[in-house]
Amino acid sequence: MRTAVIVFPGSNCDRDLAVAFRNASGRPPEMIWHKETALPAGIDVIGIPGGFSFGDYLRCGAISARAPIMRAVADFAARGGYVLGICNGFQVLTEAGLLPGALMRNAGLKFVCKDVSLSVQTRNSAFTAGYDKGQHIRIPVAHHDGNYVADPAIVERLRGEDRIAFTYDDNPNGSVADIAGILSENRRVLGMMPHPERMADPTLGGADGAPLFRSLAEALVSS
Amino acid sequence: MKARVFVTLKQGVLDPQGEAVRHSLHALGFEGVNAVRQGKVIELDLAETDEAQARRSVQEMCEKLLANTVIEDYRVEMLP
Repeated sequence: MRTAVIVFPGSNCDRDLAVAFRNASGRPPEMIWHKETALPAGIDVIGIPGGFSFGDYLRCGAISARAPIMRAVADFAARGGYVLGICNGFQVLTEAGLLPGALMRNAGLKFVCKDVSLSVQTRNSAFTAGYDKGQHIRIPVAHHDGNYVADPAIVERLRGEDRIAFTYDDNPNGSVADIAGILSENRRVLGMMPHPERMADPTLGGADGAPLFRSLAEALVSS
Repeated sequence: MKARVFVTLKQGVLDPQGEAVRHSLHALGFEGVNAVRQGKVIELDLAETDEAQARRSVQEMCEKLLANTVIEDYRVEMLP
């Protein structure tokens, strides 16, 4: 598995994500500055990290979603490439139109920073194949704007197509249908608010995020 | 010429910030406030001098960046 991490001004989980990718794949990812217009050849997975890119100006992820590199990321996704957007990365993916819906201010208005319990809703993706359906995992969230909204028809469609990857067991932000992470139609783009890269090694206090990276690496070896 | 863009949440989209402002207004004694919706005003100074052309251009800006039409509506006002 060859990986890349997109870096925006204000990204702050880029290195954590790089460590998780490196540990799963055995090689360090390419770190790609947002002003680049092309991706290196041979990349299998692109990570869009958490943080506060462009200071969350206008809307979280809005400016980043229009950064030069994002055209290449959209082309990569359209060709069937794997894209993982975590936290601010999820916001960027919705703003870029690569995933449906939007992420709004938390219903409680507070920044929420804590470990939460998630339920794995589907095994049917390279990201989630390493879990059991219905498995509860502990992963941290750290966000102010993680309140997932989408019109009822879209939520119904996500449900019907088994594209809800993770739900919160105790909803921390008001997200519709307790949604914590969703998949694209081809199941190769995952956006999620919780941070699996912060729980991907026992020395971090838990490793419930590790299967996500591991199963991705396994899927991309066998393909 | 100048343009002013008003970006507001669509009807039906919950506005937790507006709700917090309403609570605060009630706490200050403004009991008659039934609802508060919070939005943004964006002012643009444009090189374009033709109003119709400028309006079309601002509308395109709204669709592409200034508003997230999944959750927001926008209204454009042209100023002399």
